[in-house]
Amino acid sequence: MTPKRKKKLALIGLMLSALAIAVGLTLYALSANINLFFAPTQIVQGEAPLDREIRAGGMVVDGSVQRDSDSLNVRFAVTDYNAEIWINYDKILPDLFREGQGVVVVGRLNETGEIVASQVLARHDENYMPPEVAAALEAAGQMPDHSPFRNQAPQNQY
Amino acid sequence: MWKWLTTLYHRLGSPKWFYQITGRWLPWFAISALVLLSVGLVWGLVYAPMDYQQGNSFRIIYLHVPSAILAQSIYVMMAIAGVVLLVWKMKMADVVAQSMAPIGAGMTFMALATGAIWGVPTWGTWWMWDARLTSMLILFFLYLGLIALREALKPQEVAAKACALLAIVGVINIPIIKYSVDWWYTLHQPATFTLTQKPAMPASMWLPLLIMVLGFYALLGWSVLLRARAEVLLRERKSGWVRETLEKK
Repeated sequence: MTPKRKKKLALIGLMLSALAIAVGLTLYALSANINLFFAPTQIVQGEAPLDREIRAGGMVVDGSVQRDSDSLNVRFAVTDYNAEIWINYDKILPDLFREGQGVVVVGRLNETGEIVASQVLARHDENYMPPEVAAALEAAGQMPDHSPFRNQAPQNQY
Repeated sequence: MWKWLTTLYHRLGSPKWFYQITGRWLPWFAISALVLLSVGLVWGLVYAPMDYQQGNSFRIIYLHVPSAILAQSIYVMMAIAGVVLLVWKMKMADVVAQSMAPIGAGMTFMALATGAIWGVPTWGTWWMWDARLTSMLILFFLYLGLIALREALKPQEVAAKACALLAIVGVINIPIIKYSVDWWYTLHQPATFTLTQKPAMPASMWLPLLIMVLGFYALLGWSVLLRARAEVLLRERKSGWVRETLEKK
């Protein structure tokens, strides 16, 4: 390689690394805004604003879903295996919504520390399998973990 | 092997050699694209098992994942071509980059569109401003910017250098797309395929997906070569060898 080419290559490398540092610092500074949702722990600790549209995410707690018998109203708890928060919702839930499944809810936090949701989105994980395999894994208690809070989650809870 | 590769690299740098060598490659890319895509599509859409949670709507993965992989790797290839143009001044690198841009834009659009269609039945929304979706949208705009920049600048050499620089700068976005699902809380799930772990799905599901990815790459090779060969003829239209080849046909 001629010296001139070496110099050019070094210049491009320098430019890219400077840019990467700048972008990296910006993203780090904005990370609170880039996170799509608040985890229940953050909400319990008071990091989420009251009475403003926020998003909260977590796993629907097993056995927590309470449906109203004569309306669409539904109440359920969402957890990150550290703290729990209750959600109230009065519209149609997505097909993938079930206990033990990840959800992201859009709504407002009220004074009692519960979220009144205007939208509930199902979050699914990266594990795909045929129904027979899923049934076999379930029977053996080996179902992979679906949670976005993998590091806090006890292994194979669901 | 190394020597063979460097000779090939230098030969492909000459427009005349590029045209002749790639002419021999074309049918291979075409045949493998057609075979791989038809096998992969039928296998994935008909014979692969359905997902235990998502049922049949999971099958859109066989279009979504290959187009998303291509969208990102085409951009990386364009950035590498940009470095080759700026440092080694190889003009053929620019021809290849120019041929790739619309295909990359198309792949990114396809990944966004199939993702949106997939999102409606599974998530309950077709769009969410989460880090993965947003960074992918930025990639789409980068492709559009590259196409527009090329059209906006004259002469060709200036446009080539500007596009190379933009391609190199924009490559920062690629690791952000890749790691967005690990760095932040997103609606999009983490990667099913990583180089370090075995895929998070059984072979009956990932084999057709692998075939689709290879088929998409073959299709990329085919279409890029077709476009690049036409562009070479256009750029070299005043030289003797172009006149000769065209007269022969």
